[in-house]
Order: sequence, then C-alpha cells, then structure tokens
Amino acid sequence: MPRSDRYSIFSVFLEGLRGQTGWGQAWRQATPKPNYDVVIVGGGGHGLATAYYLAKRYGVKNIAVVEKGWIGSGNVGRNTTIVRSNYLLPGNIPFYETSMKLWEGLEQDLNYNAMVSQRGVLNLYHSDAQRDAYARRGNAMRLHGIDSELLDRDAVRSMYPWLNYDNARFPIQGGLLQRRGGTVRHDAVAWGYARGADRLGVDIIENTEVTGFRISNGKISGIETTRGFIGANKVGLAVAGNSSRVAGMAGLTLPIESHVLQAFVSEGIKPFIDGVVTFGAGHFYVSQSDKGGLVFGGDIDGYNTYAQRGNLPVVEDVLEGGMALMPRIGRVRLLRSWGGIMDMSMDGSPIIDRTPIDGLFFNGGWCYGGFKATPASGLCFAHLIARNETHEVARAYRLDRFRTGHMIDEKGMGNQPNLH
Amino acid sequence: MTQSAQTARLKDRGLIDRSQSLTFTFDGVPYNGYAGDTLASALLANGVRLVGRSFKYHRPRGILTSGSEEPNALVELRSGARREPNTKATITELYDGLEAKSQNRFPSLSLDLLAINGLVSPFLSAGFYYKTFMWPASFWEKIYEPMIRRAAGLGRAAQEHDPDSYDKAFAFCDVLVVGSGPAGLMAALTAARTGARVILVDESFAFGGRLLSDVRTVGGANGADWVNSVVAELKSFPGVQLMPRTTVFGAYDSGQFGAVERVADHVPVPAAGVPRQRLWRIVAKHTIIAQGALERPIVFGNNDRPGVMLASAVRTYINRFGVKPGETAVVFSNNDDGASTIADLVGAGIRVAALVDTRTVLQPATKSFARKHGIRIFEGAVVADAIGSSRVTGARIVAADGTSQNIACDLIAVSGGFNPSVQVSTHLGGRAQWQQELAAFVPGALPKGMAVSGSAKGTFGLASCLKEGAQAGEAAAVASGFQAKGAAVPAADDEPSDISAFWHVKTAKHKAFVDQQNDVTAADVALAEREGFRSVEHLKRYTTLGMATDQGKTSNVNGLAMLAQLTGKTIAATGATSARPPYTPVSLGALAGEHRGKHFKATRLTPSHDWAKERGAVFIETGMWLRAQYYPKPGENDWLTTVCREVNTVRNSVGVCDVSTLGKIEIHGTDAGKFLDRVYINMMSTLGVGKARYGMMLREDGIAMDDGTAARFADDRYFITTTTANAIKVLQHLELCRQWYWPDLDVQIFPVSDQWAQYSVAGPRARDLLAKIVDAPFDISNAAFPYMAVAELTVMGGVKARLYRLSFSGEMAYEIAVPARQGDRLMRTLMAKGEEFGIAPYGTEALGVMRIEKGHVAGPELNGTTTAADLGLGKMASTKKDFVGRVLSQRPGLTDPTRPRVVGFRPVDRSQRLRGGAHFIGKSDAAVAQNDQGYMTSVAYSPSLGHWIGLGLLANAESRMGEILRAYDPVRNGDVLVEVVPATFVDVEGARLRV
Amino acid sequence: MRINCPHCGLRSNDEFSYLGDASVVRPDPAAPNATEAFYAFGYERANIAGPMQELWYHAAGCHAWLVVTRDTRNHEILDVKSAQEVALERQKAAGTAQ
Repeated sequence: MPRSDRYSIFSVFLEGLRGQTGWGQAWRQATPKPNYDVVIVGGGGHGLATAYYLAKRYGVKNIAVVEKGWIGSGNVGRNTTIVRSNYLLPGNIPFYETSMKLWEGLEQDLNYNAMVSQRGVLNLYHSDAQRDAYARRGNAMRLHGIDSELLDRDAVRSMYPWLNYDNARFPIQGGLLQRRGGTVRHDAVAWGYARGADRLGVDIIENTEVTGFRISNGKISGIETTRGFIGANKVGLAVAGNSSRVAGMAGLTLPIESHVLQAFVSEGIKPFIDGVVTFGAGHFYVSQSDKGGLVFGGDIDGYNTYAQRGNLPVVEDVLEGGMALMPRIGRVRLLRSWGGIMDMSMDGSPIIDRTPIDGLFFNGGWCYGGFKATPASGLCFAHLIARNETHEVARAYRLDRFRTGHMIDEKGMGNQPNLH
Repeated sequence: MTQSAQTARLKDRGLIDRSQSLTFTFDGVPYNGYAGDTLASALLANGVRLVGRSFKYHRPRGILTSGSEEPNALVELRSGARREPNTKATITELYDGLEAKSQNRFPSLSLDLLAINGLVSPFLSAGFYYKTFMWPASFWEKIYEPMIRRAAGLGRAAQEHDPDSYDKAFAFCDVLVVGSGPAGLMAALTAARTGARVILVDESFAFGGRLLSDVRTVGGANGADWVNSVVAELKSFPGVQLMPRTTVFGAYDSGQFGAVERVADHVPVPAAGVPRQRLWRIVAKHTIIAQGALERPIVFGNNDRPGVMLASAVRTYINRFGVKPGETAVVFSNNDDGASTIADLVGAGIRVAALVDTRTVLQPATKSFARKHGIRIFEGAVVADAIGSSRVTGARIVAADGTSQNIACDLIAVSGGFNPSVQVSTHLGGRAQWQQELAAFVPGALPKGMAVSGSAKGTFGLASCLKEGAQAGEAAAVASGFQAKGAAVPAADDEPSDISAFWHVKTAKHKAFVDQQNDVTAADVALAEREGFRSVEHLKRYTTLGMATDQGKTSNVNGLAMLAQLTGKTIAATGATSARPPYTPVSLGALAGEHRGKHFKATRLTPSHDWAKERGAVFIETGMWLRAQYYPKPGENDWLTTVCREVNTVRNSVGVCDVSTLGKIEIHGTDAGKFLDRVYINMMSTLGVGKARYGMMLREDGIAMDDGTAARFADDRYFITTTTANAIKVLQHLELCRQWYWPDLDVQIFPVSDQWAQYSVAGPRARDLLAKIVDAPFDISNAAFPYMAVAELTVMGGVKARLYRLSFSGEMAYEIAVPARQGDRLMRTLMAKGEEFGIAPYGTEALGVMRIEKGHVAGPELNGTTTAADLGLGKMASTKKDFVGRVLSQRPGLTDPTRPRVVGFRPVDRSQRLRGGAHFIGKSDAAVAQNDQGYMTSVAYSPSLGHWIGLGLLANAESRMGEILRAYDPVRNGDVLVEVVPATFVDVEGARLRV
Repeated sequence: MRINCPHCGLRSNDEFSYLGDASVVRPDPAAPNATEAFYAFGYERANIAGPMQELWYHAAGCHAWLVVTRDTRNHEILDVKSAQEVALERQKAAGTAQ
C-alpha cells in the first residue's frame, strides 16, 4: 500500500484502519552534500521557515539547514506560544502583521495542523496613562489595517469575570484586545516547516554543529562543521540564543546580549482561560493550552547568561503577578518551568540584514518576540538571501541602525537590553 | 451513614494510629480510615480500587504507586473555593472530614461515557491532530478546538479566589539533607553530631522513607523504631531543623533551594493566622540529595488496569498502612524486588499465585521460599496482559517456551527496576548518566557543594545506604568547617538487588501503556519513531510522553529505553530529557506567598496621607505611591468639577499640593558642580548659591531621561529633585557616574526622598500664606526672595525647612520642605492659615492640568524615545562642556529635523473633548499608516480657557502652527479636528511667576 | 544566585540591579573618534560565554556599584569588587584622572 504522505482526514482514517503503518518520516534525516546554494545555520523555527520559503517562494533549489542538536530545540521549542501583531511602532507593525497573515494560512500552506488558534490577546491596563498608551497602540494598529479594540473595565469583566477586580493593588481599568491574536502549538511549527521544506528538497541536517566559517577576500564560501566542511554560496544565520557566539566565528561583534526568560506550565486542568491575558501592573501573562495546562511567563531574569535556566526571584515575581490577577489559581500546581536564551538586541527589536561579509546574512536579536515572528522572519530572511535586497516589511531591521540613531524602541528603555 | 468496614485492613501491621478513626468521603460515599493513612491507603482499606479515569481514552484507573510519582489516582480534593484538582491520593494525608471526588469522567466514575474514545482509539494515535482538523480553516476556532478543549485537562480549578493564605521564609544552614530514608537520616545525624546547622527535609508527613515500608532491621532494631530513635536524637540538637511535609522542588544558583512546606494541608481548614503552605528559600553551604529511587513499571498489555501496582507500593500498603492491596497476587519483575515482595505478601497472608520473572535463573532461596508457600515460579517469562476491564481478574503469562496461560488474581505487583531520583541533582545543568549494570540513570557532574547519597545515587542496599549517608553527612560538615566525630554506622544487611533490564512485553495483545496518565502506548512510541521523531525530546513532544502530572517519573525511562530499542542505539546514546523544577508540582499560591490582593506590592504613603484621607481625597496609584488625585467637596459629583475648582483656586488665590513623592538627592563635595555639569545637559556649576535651576538629564544614548531642578545651598552643596517615576533610576544613574565614570571626583550622593515632606504652595496669594508660617526674620518679599531663589530657614516656630521659589503651575509659587515627620503638621497649618484666602488642596489631576496649560513636559512626553530637542528643550543643552548623552545625541536619526516635536493642540470645535493616544493625520487624508503624523501625548480640560487642550508629538511641528489636523482615535470612536498651537496656553510670557 | 557584596555580605541577586558588561568603558568624549567609540560603548557587546566582568548595583543595600566576575555558562560567581576601586585603579594605570 502507498504511504500516507499527505495529511488529511482520509489518510488519518485509512491509517487508523491499518494500524498507523503507512506514515512516512516527517522529514528525512539528511547527510550533508559537499555544496549548497544556501546553507541556513540553525534548525529552529526561523531557520526552517527560511528554508521553506526560499524553496517555495523564491525557487532556490539547493538548500541545507544545519542544526547542532535536534530541530526545534531552541526557542521554538520552549516559548509560551503566543502570536499577535499588536505592535506600536511603524518599524515593527507591518512586519508582525505580515507574520500574522502567514499564521492565518499556515496550516493549509504546510498541510500541517499547528493549531493556530485565534482566541484573542488581551493586554490589561490599570491607569489612565496606560489606557492612553494602549489607545495610541490600538490606533496605530488600525492605521495599519489591523484589528484592535480598547475595552473598558466592564467589557473586560464580561470576558473574564473571575479576574481580581475588587481587591487589587492596581485595579483593572480595561484592556487592549486583538481578537486575531492567539496561540500556536509551538513544536508543530518547527515540524510543519521541516516537513514542508523536506518535501521541497531541503536537506535538514541534525546533530551537526558549525565550528567556523570559510571566508576569503571578504566573501563566504562555506561552513566548517563537526561533520566537515560544507560549501555554500550564501549562508544565513538564524541561531537565536547563540547569535553572538556563531557570528563571533565570522569576526562580527553584535549589538546583542543573551539573557534567560523563564516560562512555566501548570498541571492540566479543565479550560477556563480562552485567550491570552497579560497583566499590566506586573510581569505575568497567561494562556491555557489545548491540553489544559496554564502556560505563563513574566520578565527575563535580567543578567547575561547562556545557561538555559533562571533563578527563584523571577519565579516568585511571576506568580505574585499571577495571584494578584487571578486569585483562583492558588491551588493549581506548577508542573514544569524552563528557561530559554533570548538574544536581546539593544532596542528590543530584531535584525534581519546583510553582514559586512559578502554572502553572510544575519537574522537575530528577537528578544522574546521571536516565536510570533517565525513565518515573517522566514519569509523576509529568504527574500533577503535570495534577492540580496531587504523585504519591504523588514526595512527597519538594519544592523547599522544603532550607529545612525534609528532605533526601534517600543518600550523606550534605550540601550539596556535587560529592560526591553 | 458511614461504612466502617475497612475490609482490606490488616490486623497486625502498619504505622497507622488505630485509636484515631477518621471519616472521609470519595464521590460522596462516606468511609473510615485512620490517622497516618493517605487517601490512597484508606481507599484501598475500604476495597476501593477504581479511583480515576485516564486523560485521552477515559480508561478506568486505580492506584499504581504509593508516592508523589502517582500517575493515575488523582482526585479533586476539597470543594468550593478550596477545590484542588489533580491531587494525588497517594500523598494526601488523611484528615477527618476529607472530601475527594474523581475527575475527568462523565457522568460518573464507574460509567464514563467518554470511554467511547477507547473504541475510536485506532484513529487517535500520537500526534493525529497534527494531521487533520485543517479544513476549512475557520472551523478550527469554532468547532474542532472547542471540542478538543472540552476534553482537555483532568480536574477543575476552583472558581472562586483562593481563601487561604501563603507565606515565604528564608532558612540558612551548613548542611541541607533532602530525603529522610536510611541515607538521609544517617547524613543528617552524622552532620548534626559535629555541631553543624542541619536542615532535614522530607516530602512525607513521617520521616524514614523506605524504612517505613519495608521489613528491615537496623542496628538490631526494626527499621521504624530505629527511625524514631534517630529523629529523637536529631530533635535534641539546637542547630537542627526538621521539616516534614516539605518538598525541595528545585535547585538554584549559589546553594539556594526552593522548598514548599505543606503547613496545613492535613487539616480541613488552616487555623486562623496559619498559612496553607509556606515557600522556603533554603540557602545551604552543602547539600545532600537523598531522595531515594522510584520503582518503574514494566510495559505490558492492559498494564493500566486497577489492580496493577508497583511492587514497592504493594509492600508500602501492607507494611506502613496495614492494608491488603489484593487477595491474590501475581508478582512480575525483572529484579530481586519480586522476591522481597512475595515475602511480604505471604507475611501479610495474601495469596501469591505466581512469581513471574524475566530473568532465566532466580536465586535458590527465592525458589525454595516460593515452593514452600505454593507460589508458581515462571523464569524467563512475562506477564503479557492483565485480564479484566474495570479491575484485574487475572494475568496472561507467557512462559519462556512461548506458551501462554491465564492465572486468576486481583493484584499484579510489578517491578521493572528502580530509577534513582536524580532530578534535583540535574537542575543546575548536570546530565544524568546511564549505568547499564544497574539499569538506571545515576547523577552526573554535580554542582559545587552538592552530594548525592544512597539509592538516589544508584546505591541499592540498606547497609550501603546507611554507610554512604554517614560519609556524605560527615564530609559536608567537615567542608563547612566542623570537626568530624566519626560516623557510627548501625549494622544492617544489603538486600539483593540483581536486575536484568527489561522494558516492554512485545507479546502483549492489548494496549500497553508507557505514560499511563497521558495514555501514551507502546504503539505510539513506535509510531513516533517511524515518523522520524527519534530524538528523545521529539518523542516526548510528539507523543506527550512524560508531560503528565507525574512528570514522567513512571514513564520517561521506559519510553526512552523503548525508543533506543527501536532505533538500535544504546540508552546512553539516546539520553534522557532534562528534568526541570519543580521536582513535584507546587501550588502557584505558595510561589506567590503573601503578595496578592492589596499586598501585591508595597504601598508608599506620604507623610500627610492621613490628612488627605480625612479630607476625603481620592487616591491614585503612582508607581508604589498612593497620591491624592483630587479632593472632592460635598456636592461635587464628578471629578472634573472638583479639578476645575482646584485649578481655579490656584489661579485666583492659593492652593497646596503634596509633592513629597519627588525624588530628592543631595549632591555634596568640592566637585559637586563639575559633577552636575556632566550629568545635566545645562550648566549647574555656574548656579549661584541660593538659586535653583531647571535641568534635564539624558541617557547615554542621547534620549531624555528625566527633568527636575537643582538648587545650590553652598559652594559644595547641591540638592536636586527628580520626577516621582524616575527617583530610583536617576539615583542609580548618578551613582554609576560617580563610582564608575568619574571615581576621582570629590562628590557624595545622599538620597533624601523620604527625609523631606514637600508641598507646592501656588497662586497669587501664595506669598501671603507663607508669610504666616515663615519664622522671622526671614524675608520672602519678591525682592528678597525672587523667582528661582532657594533658602534654608525655619517655619511654624522653629521647624527646620527649605523654601524653593519654583513653579510648575505657572503661578507665583513655592515649594516648601520640612522634615518628613513635620509634613502632616505643615499641611494642617497651611490649610488653617490659608482659610482666609479660600485655600484649596489640589491633587495630581489639577497639577497635570496646570502643567499642560503651561506646556511643561512630563511622563507621557518623557517616554524614553524623545530627545531634548523633541521636547522643545534643545536650546538648554550647553555647547561648552561634555555631558552624558551628548555624543550619541548627535546621531543623524536623533537630529533629523522632521522628528516629531512637542506642540499644543486645541479642538476646532471647542466643545469637543481630546483624548491621549489619538494619532494625527491630515484633515482630508486617508487613515493609513503613511499619513501618520504623530500622536497626542497629554490632554486636559483647561478651566482657564474653558475647553480641552492637548500636547502632542507632531512631525515638522514648527512649520505647522494653525494647521487643522484630524486626531484619529478609532478605538474610542473619537475622531476630533484639532488645531496646531504653541505648547503654552496660559500666561505665555511667564509674567505671573515673577510677581 | 547570591552575590557577595564587599560591604553587605552574601545577598540574593534580587537585591541587585544589573547593567552589563564592565569591560566597555566610557570613552573620552573629546577624542577625535568619539562618535564611533561611543557607538561601540553604547551598543557593541562581546556577549561572552564564560567568565565575564559585569556591573551590578546593590539597589536594596549599600548603593554600591560592583564589578562581578561571573561565568555566564553556569552562573558561578568568581570575584566581586567595588566598582569605584576598579575604576580608580584603571585611572591610575592610565594616568587619566578627569
């Protein structure tokens, strides 16, 4: 019998009848060829999406993704699954909205159900000043054709009647709602792009670490790896959490610091939180997964680190916010916590740009906004690599913007990465 | 109506207190148990086997374990606001009145209609949802996902706010011992005898670990008695802290551990003033992890049926709780735990039908014991399937020769070997190592100051554990600086612990569960491997193996071993997933502690807060502060009426405003002026003594950081103020400049924000009022004390004070500061003396209105992205000196003349209201991003002008005076046409300041 | 994580606030290449994986800035010094008291 390569209700039914024996591998375990047109370093969400769009939209044929561990082992495998495009500044809004639109068509495009779930993202406000700041943001979104609604306290209460309204240190006054925001099953994004890219001929090479770059006369010719040299006309770096280390092998110093963001999931409980809710008076945001776990997080720990773990003060800070906002969760239990390394840029916004080395391209500095950006990051990075020109929605993400003073600073925190 | 039968209670065993009978209910049915029971042991004592339903297929589930690794026996404990979902019956200490319900079943536990999922299970394999539910796209949120979410989760969270309290504490020690089995007790005892400060923690309500569950002899005494003697001795040391009912859930950096003490979970409701749980931050010089090892099941057909139980749990129920877990047992093992188990079963009078062992040759002693008690022995054999649906009725045994036979039983005791509890030892990044001869992962590289001891380290055998614990305790104490006292290790025997790794019975006919709670089967593992999910992390994420509330304690090692078999790799090469905190699930409430409700953050009150409260002020949160927002008078029903009255009173007579929340910093030293020149954009060294000057500071990146005033009281003595919001940030910045940038300057910095209560007294009668409280002979006439003068003086008959002639309202105004404890008195005095002028106190709203009327920038404009030039203060920057932020402020992006700048706005139709956050677009331009010209930062209703006014950031602002723009505000349906005007609305020349 | 403040002793890291790499030193604003030097000072970071000197401020304690040497791979703290003393030594070495 033929393998069930295309996913559908029919193939699921057929395989149910024949004991699930006809499914093939989601992606081949490729071995490196001597040469590629494009090598993407980093088999995370962004790297895999880049490879997929390079093959699918830009007609590039000979592509490899090189991953030091297992694909999806970076931040696409350890985030809090939120997607949204409720940004403030013109440098960011079109990019994240492009991403949102790609999310909306992702599953049909990839033939993979990543559970893109648009159940709404609600940012609460607790003061007049915060309300006006969210009005500014909501209006900016509308100017870009994006849905946004400014809710008052009663409207928030009708959505989430069980939040703490009456005994709060910083009472809820309302919220900014983006109904199209929501969550996506994070691992499935990596697997879906990997499967999609694989079907288009992309070699996904796992357990292969880059150890250096071959550069002569300012031009790149390939990468050195733990499995030997791999030639490439163009190399794209999408190695969040390791950007400085990898770029350092090419002699680059980046405007990036690496920090840890902790994330948390509770035991599975019957769903009662429909969308994503963020607390405006503390560091806490939460959604509930389709398995019932509360998925939540807060602020970064605040010090440079490459250890994928944080410390107790931030755990406490997050749960203090959680209990201040949602006192009904006191007897729900934390099941697991983990840390991911965030490459924090100096203005809180990412970089997708050429580097001073011909043929070497850089994608990074996503801070903790990388997951929602995955599709657009892949698309824009593919555009840049394939055409050697910046995609129109990623024009602001230049590497030299700090030198020229064109920062994209949503939070207004300046050149201090741990405050973004 | 209470059933007091406890038909499965053994008469002669158990550490329960039979004198204390306790009543409890399960699914509404009342039962009895004893003090010292867990909910699980009490249920078993009453013959209750069916306790829960599984996550996906709703299969009937019983009690698999006797500890915190339990995947099946989860209940909703308590009710109402105290409902605790997914509570493990196996570690729930029984109390009188305990109320538990089964979960994830409809309509009832015995008849669960959702068990139909089991019938369609061929289609619900691992990851099936990634392959379907995609068409049409819009159906996901509307149909598919709601269906999935209805099935999600096990128990239900409480619907009301948690009524109990939680708190937090720190503890410090030389030696932290985690776990109180033989190794932990010996470690604690040996360390304590040296005089070291020891903390001994155990998750159970009783110390002793396996010594409470197994029939052992230690130092000539039975195990439980020996435990009691050690605990008694530990209690005699003043430096020892014993913490039962406490779980160390995580290891953090620098010897910090997180632990949760269940202070009152064993009583129906915490007593008044007692928290339900307490979070401990334990700081230990040395730590000994002695958390023991957890038995793992073997994966065979229907291995999830109620009546399949871990062999060690069977012994726990018999020996510790005096409960018969079944009438007729089959024991299935791959190691010597089977032999111990048949001995205890026989000892308790439970019939053992068979001992089935995967090893081909068993110990002669085991065989002779079996023969003596009529137990059939199957060597090289397996239990392939459990028989029975809602409970075990038999075992299908496949013998070494491949023949199969069914043996009737109601209990299958299973042991696949032991997993050392290495989790906490790996939290800081160490990787557990596979040891083939032990068939177990043991701790790898350990963090500094940590040791692992006993079976947690893979040391199986009582005598070895005692010895190893003693050695670890002594080593930790010595490393902490204490003298070794020599460890006296009591005599004991090492039990046999031979094992031959065995994971999965391939001859099973029925579903064989790897992760019982998440219903991950052997077939799912094989499917994942077939689809290429061959990293152990991919396996976990694709199948959800190990992601249930037992955190994979009963499933991870089996799952990865099966994956290794499928891929042909070794277990060592396959590796394990990382264990992350918490070790066992921890209540979210405990992690928050007391920081909830009004106590979420501290509340800062100004010295005259009580006065404002008496006056009926409405307060507003400003950072940590509560500030008076406005002071309504009787009859004033809306805030705007009050605020307008307050503003009018200031503009026409005199008002007083509490500005104590401003940041206040003394800058002293011979280089103080030089220092301030470097941190402000304008000159401060040229400021005369007795004068004040407005100043602005930039961040090093050239963006405006804060504004305030600097006053000079002596050549070497300045006093500066910051905005309320930036008080802490500015201090930190100044300390960085002083200590790190220019350490050689003679400058001292003193934060004095809390030392001074400060009040703004503003309005044409301000001087008249102040004249009444200023002590003679100080002269506050305009000539003697002009605009921007400052002085130190006394008021109210000898109260030290500082007077600043500053104004943010635009009126003739002063700020007067007195020592904080005099603030309340000063406020009351000003109000009393001002009565004849019709004085009004004014709050932050009126303050805001007047600063907008005067075009002074504040928080909404100082938003971290604006330059001094953007704020209209570019000319303040001195060109004669360097200052922080100067160089980078000259980057092209920050000097671009088209950058938005602060300008004023008024509505074309003066009756219309303005709103902050509206964007500016050309009057007849389309509402699209390209036409975005800036946004409104601050708005106020100006009583002076009788209409709304605003400040905003507008591109090319200077050239656009008089232009009509649309203030676009679709999120509030509030588009308004506005006119661009200068940012100063009242007294443009500033004449009133100087009168 | 616990930091041994030279003035206050071992304290939990939440008493401190973090600035970052202590090896980037404020350049001479009068130097001819000041613009480029300040750009590097403000934005370029070695982002070291390993022992790194970094600035911490004891906000909830003595208000001292500290130069902490800490391994960013495992959070081990190797050394803590008063930032002012380090800065004075640096000035002495360079002969550049301002």
